[in-house]
Parts: sequence; C-alpha cells; structure tokens
Amino acid sequence: MSCSRRDFLKQACGGTLASVLPVSAFTFLSNEEARAAVENANVRWAFLVDTTKCVGCGLCVKACKNENEIPYDAPVTRTWVERYVITKDGQAHIDSPMGGRDGFTENVINGEEIDPENIDKAFFVPKLCNQCDNPPCVQVCPVGATYQTDDGVVLVDRSWCIGCGYCIMACPYGVRFFHPVHKVADKCNFCYHRITKGMNPACVDSCAFDARRIANLRDPDDPVTKIITTERVAVLKDEYGTKPHVFYIGLDENVR
Amino acid sequence: MTSEAVVHGVEWTVKELFVYPNEFIYWSIQIVMYPYMTGLVAGAFVLSSLYHVFGQKGLKEIAQFSLVFSLALLPAAGLPLLLHLQQPTRAMEPLLTPHFTSAISAFGIVFTTYGLIVVSEIWFVYRRFFVEQVHALKGKEGFGNMLRLNVYRALTMGAFDISDEALKVDHKAAKILAGVGIPVACFLHGYAGFIFGSVKANALWMSPLMPVIFIMSAVVSGIALCMLTYIVIMEWKAFRLRRTVSVTAATEIKGAESDIINTATRYLLGFLVAAISLEILDLIFRGYTAMKSWDILRSVMYGKDFVNIFVLQYTLGNLVPFVLLLLPGRTMKRTVVALILVLFGVFMMRWNVVIGGQAFSLSFSGYMHYHLPIIPHSLETFKEGLFGALSVAATPFVLFWIINKFVPSLERGEEAKY
Repeated sequence: MSCSRRDFLKQACGGTLASVLPVSAFTFLSNEEARAAVENANVRWAFLVDTTKCVGCGLCVKACKNENEIPYDAPVTRTWVERYVITKDGQAHIDSPMGGRDGFTENVINGEEIDPENIDKAFFVPKLCNQCDNPPCVQVCPVGATYQTDDGVVLVDRSWCIGCGYCIMACPYGVRFFHPVHKVADKCNFCYHRITKGMNPACVDSCAFDARRIANLRDPDDPVTKIITTERVAVLKDEYGTKPHVFYIGLDENVR
Repeated sequence: MTSEAVVHGVEWTVKELFVYPNEFIYWSIQIVMYPYMTGLVAGAFVLSSLYHVFGQKGLKEIAQFSLVFSLALLPAAGLPLLLHLQQPTRAMEPLLTPHFTSAISAFGIVFTTYGLIVVSEIWFVYRRFFVEQVHALKGKEGFGNMLRLNVYRALTMGAFDISDEALKVDHKAAKILAGVGIPVACFLHGYAGFIFGSVKANALWMSPLMPVIFIMSAVVSGIALCMLTYIVIMEWKAFRLRRTVSVTAATEIKGAESDIINTATRYLLGFLVAAISLEILDLIFRGYTAMKSWDILRSVMYGKDFVNIFVLQYTLGNLVPFVLLLLPGRTMKRTVVALILVLFGVFMMRWNVVIGGQAFSLSFSGYMHYHLPIIPHSLETFKEGLFGALSVAATPFVLFWIINKFVPSLERGEEAKY
C-alpha cells in the first residue's frame, strides 16, 4: 500500500477532527459545578472527642481492629488511646501500650511506677486520623493513591499504593502505617464504608461513654456539629497548617 | 488474619519513652543509600563537566572517566528506591499516574532526562572511537570479533562520518550536553534534598537549606569517589605494567598523575567548605531560634547521636580529611586515606539526616533507635539490611567494568584523543 505524505497528512487531520468533534459535545464543569453535581455536596465529615469522658477502656481500639481487619496483635492501629499522667514535679508521663487496646490497668508507665499520691492530674486522649482539609499525606503521594473525597475523608487506594512511605513520613500525627498483610499505607477513614451508609464508625458505636462522636459539619441541625460550632473545642497540632477535622473537648497543654 | 504478618519497621526499631504506636523507622538503610548514590552520580557528572564545559584541561583524563562512571552509577541511584518499596512491582506507577504535588512523582522524569543526557554525551564523545572500531574489526575472523563488530556497529547508530567538520559538531554537541547536564544533575540531587526538606512533619528535615546542602555534599562525594576510583585503577595499571615491562621503561610510567589529582582536590575542598558552612549554619539557626522541636533535636544531636554527628561525620569525615588534603607535602597514599574519609563523612551525613530524622518521635516525647539488620532472615531484612546496601554499593563498579569494555574511559596521554 502506498501513501504519499500529502495523503497521510490529509487522512491524519481528518481522523483527528472526526474523533475530536464528538468529544466537544461534552461540557467542562467548573469545580463548583462539579461539586454541586455530586450527591455528597452537603456533607463534610468531622469528629468530636470528649477527653473528659474517656476512661481508657480500649474498646474503641478493639472494635476498630476487628471492623477494619487490622491484625489484632500487630503493634499498629488506626485509632489508639494515650494515657497522660502529670506528676507533682510537673513531668508528663505518657504511654499507649498496644494502642491502649487492653485498657490501662497498671500504674507503670514506660517502666516507671507512678505513685497515685504523687499525681496532679491524669486523663486519656483518643487519637485517630484528623481527615485534614489540607492533608500533607495527599500532597506527597507520588501516584495519587491517597486522595480526599468530596465529603472530606482521606482514603487510600490499596490497588494503587506503591508503598514508598512518603505519606507516613508527611503525617504530623503519626496516624499512618504499612498494613502488615496488604503491604500498603493504611489509616483511619472514619469507617467510610459505614458512615456513607448512615451508620456510625465502629469506635463511636463501641464507646459506652459518648467520648467519640461523628458529625456532618454541613448539617447545622446535627447535634455534634452544634457542639463543635458553639462550644470551645480545640484541634491537635494546628501549627502545621493541616486544618484537622477531629475536634477535642478538654485538651491539655501536655497533649502531644 | 495471618499470624506471620510482619509490621514494616518492627525488625529494626527500638522505642524509648513515648512514641506514637504507628511510628517506626520506616525509611531505613536504602533511603540512606538513595541520596548517597544520587549524590555520587551528580558529583561525578559535575566533575566531568568541569573539563567539557569550563575547559579545565588539567582534568581531561579524569573527566572522561567520570562521565562514564556517572553512567555506571546511575542505575545504582534508582535501585535503593526499588528495594525499599513495599510494592516494587508498582514502581512504574509514578510515571503512569504522576501526582505532581509530590516531590517523588518527578523522580522518574528527572532521572530519565538525566540518563538520556549522560548517554547522549558519551555517544558524542566516543562516536569517533566506535566508527574506528567498526573499521578496524571489519573482516576479522572469530566469534568475539563478530560480536564486538556488531556491538560497535549498533553503537554508531549508522553515523559513520568522522570528517573534521563532523567531529567538530560532535564536540560542540558534547559541550552543550555537558552544560545542560550540570543544572539537571544538580536538580536530580537538589530535588532529593527537597524530598526531605519539604516534610513539614519532620522537625529535623524541614529546612529550605536541605536541597543546597545535598547538592554541595553530593559534589564533594562524587569528586571524591571519582578521584579514588581513578587513583586505584591507574595505580593498579601502573603496577601491572611495571611487572611486565622492563625496568628502564618503568621509570616513564606515571600512575595517577599528580597534577590531575591536585586540580580535582582543589574543587573538592571548595565544595567541602561550602557544604560544611551550610550545615553549620543550619545547626546554629535551629539552636538560636529554638523552636518547640529544639528540645528533642538538641537531645538527639548532642546526646543520642553525638558520636554519629560530631565525631564520625564532622570530625572524622570532614575535618580530618580537610587537614590531610591541605597540609603540604601531600602524597598519593595520604590523598587516598583522605578521600575514603570524605566518602565516609558524606555517607554519615546521609545517615544522620535519614536515620537521625527518625530518631525522635513526632510526639517530641520519645526516641527510636535503629538497628541495621546484618544477617538476613527474610527478604525484607536482606533488602533493607547490610547486604542490600552493599549490593547497591557494588552495582556501579560491576556496571563500570562492563561499560568500560566498550567505552575506553581510562585511556591516557597520547591515546586519550576522544
């Protein structure tokens, strides 16, 4: 088959036009239009932790591990509870053995026995992914395997993560880890598979003390949103500019 | 779930005081090797460009060698990343779906661009040699000659014109590529520094000086490795010649020329001073501003990692070789010792950045200690252990041995016309 240069160019141009014209029938949406077209446009998930109610029983950690299939005895976890004991000399003793999964039943912290008489204050702080509005983990993922959904939750695509660990390094809260079985980055996602079906995250359902609650910030009638917007709440490490969306009641200056 | 599930990092991390449950030393020895090898690549190329672009005639012989050696080093710069990935079979994804807000996403692009520049420059520099080989080997009998003929024929890529005009064009092209290559080489490595410097969560890494410090120390280590390898190979050649050729001829054999080494040493010292100054500036600045993280950084730098940072890196790796190279009456042996120490110092700098940056918890309330796996008992402890690192370090020498079979980068004097 012979084909002169002129014919080749003619056919190539014709073919390109023929394939491009139908594409132009599609319209490009602006970001706002696209967002409005998405069903979840009026959802922004957030979380409220009331540290004054937490007793450090560890049921939330157990529930999370079971619900999200994180190997039970692996020393990594999507959520954990920290114990803070401030002694009279002003020192903060902090621990979270196995993420607080089995509760805190000993007076020993990091190998040091604490005398109950010597304690100024003590409390528990549950931790989980902050589902930041400006997530550094999403910024640094080289392949886009971790991404933010329209309703504010940061997810990981297990089929696309290359396991470089950059997101783990980038998270100031230390919520990310490598899943021991799947060998990809893993983290809390507010139990996205549950909240998108109208259920509560596993840790929220398992907390008998109402220390953990989930909120939709776009719903002004949501009782938890009301607390976040009308009462005094704080976030962790706001100096990193990540705009975290887990809000705390009763945070202390010693909390890391 | 399976009981054999191993959490990445547990093998070599020991925690002290309060560390978040998910924190481990995730970036281990291979991530120390990555900037180290990349630095060697960039440094080797900059050394060769000093001759090709800036016409430093004294560096001619070592420049040819550095250029080819930087090609041999190149695969060894990507290898540590591959060995470190939890999903190595997905290594091509950053090229398929690059997410450009991530510093790592550009690695494949920068790496490939740089590789193309090095390969093209080598081609232009050695094209005349390839053509001459084809002519010399034509008609010769034997399988070996046939093979070599075909390899060289392929290497010429059909460009057999070696008239003076054609060679002039070659020369110009090599010069342009060497010139373009300098910023690309610096970018390749400066950007490795950016990968660390832009991690805002890490108090030790986050610094805009990081890329510049990385470039300076890269050039230092690259020049040092090229000088060292060059000296060793040349002395070995001279030694072998001395044994085979008669004693009278032996007096004419020079080994590694001292004027080449002198010129290269001057550049080495210059870049070394720049690298140390920047590192000290960074340290002073952190101490002076004393941000929230300074308490834990200070306890790591002046306490836990004191030997690694101040004894091994600054004293043994920087100060001692600096003095050794500056003192008058420098001999080849002393130069070799100094070069080995310089290479060690830059390695310790990479170690102290990568491992040191994970020596403290994000909570600023605890520490993590790294224990390099030595005897491997699983794929992971091999890949991210001593032997994995040694494999990476040995790769460029093996590759150079192969490449040098076809590209004579070690010819000197009269023979070195390419």
